[in-house]
Amino acid sequence: MLVRRVWPSRPTFDGSFHDFDQIRREMLRLLDAAGDGAPDQGAGVFPPMNITQDDDNFYLRAEIPGINPAELSISALRNRVSISGKREIPREHERVSYHRKERPEGAFNRAVTLPTEVDAERVDARYADGILTLKLPKAEQAKPRQISVKT
Amino acid sequence: MATEATTDVQKAETANVATAPEQTRTGPVYSPAVDIFENDNTITLLADMPGVKASDLEIDLRENVLTLTGRVTPAGTAKEWNVLREYRPGTFFRQFTLSEAVDQPKIDAQLTDGVLRLELPKVEKARPRQITVRSS
Repeated sequence: MLVRRVWPSRPTFDGSFHDFDQIRREMLRLLDAAGDGAPDQGAGVFPPMNITQDDDNFYLRAEIPGINPAELSISALRNRVSISGKREIPREHERVSYHRKERPEGAFNRAVTLPTEVDAERVDARYADGILTLKLPKAEQAKPRQISVKT
Repeated sequence: MATEATTDVQKAETANVATAPEQTRTGPVYSPAVDIFENDNTITLLADMPGVKASDLEIDLRENVLTLTGRVTPAGTAKEWNVLREYRPGTFFRQFTLSEAVDQPKIDAQLTDGVLRLELPKVEKARPRQITVRSS
């Protein structure tokens, strides 16, 4: 993702193979910009996660509907975050007959390596409407700095 | 970006559905995963709709067609940019045809942590009746 953001403006200094690569990347970028046609990464993995960042924080959002947040285990160390837990669908006590059973259940464990280190002490986790949101403040040394030009 | 996962639970492919009348809103439309079961008195439907708030959920029942529509407001601010994207907020939409008469005023819907629980009580006459055979 990050590569695609910076690529078009990056000049190439070496051989023609690179040019092909650049054209390929440029086309991928255009396809991505076209929107809905581009496949999302990680289909089939539970829970699906989106990660965004701004200057100060990373935000990790995961779709985990209908779990008890107390049973989630979240840990962060340097630039690594992991989420594990179990999604259990309570059994219906009465005598019932099922027509459809599509909702997934079971144990899950996911780990992500972030581009920079985070301040593990200040990670904030919230669970609302079936979405887990983690706010991961970037470590001080990883934050971008404004550099003023002296004249 | 490296991600690892060891899971026994898998996210089912969220099917992009083509809805018969076209939507006025742009954005993807998903078919939520559901469990449906019934006992003698009630049909119960459970649907996974992560990110949907109770105010953004519409449940409509007319002429035996049950329609569920849930809208997700994308989270985050304009200042954020993507690092990894595995899901895309959109609209959950699914329709069911009910084969049995439902007692409409007694329908109960509850949305908790992104899971909708809809209880559709059957009307009296649709319930099976135990018939005892008397011997003369």
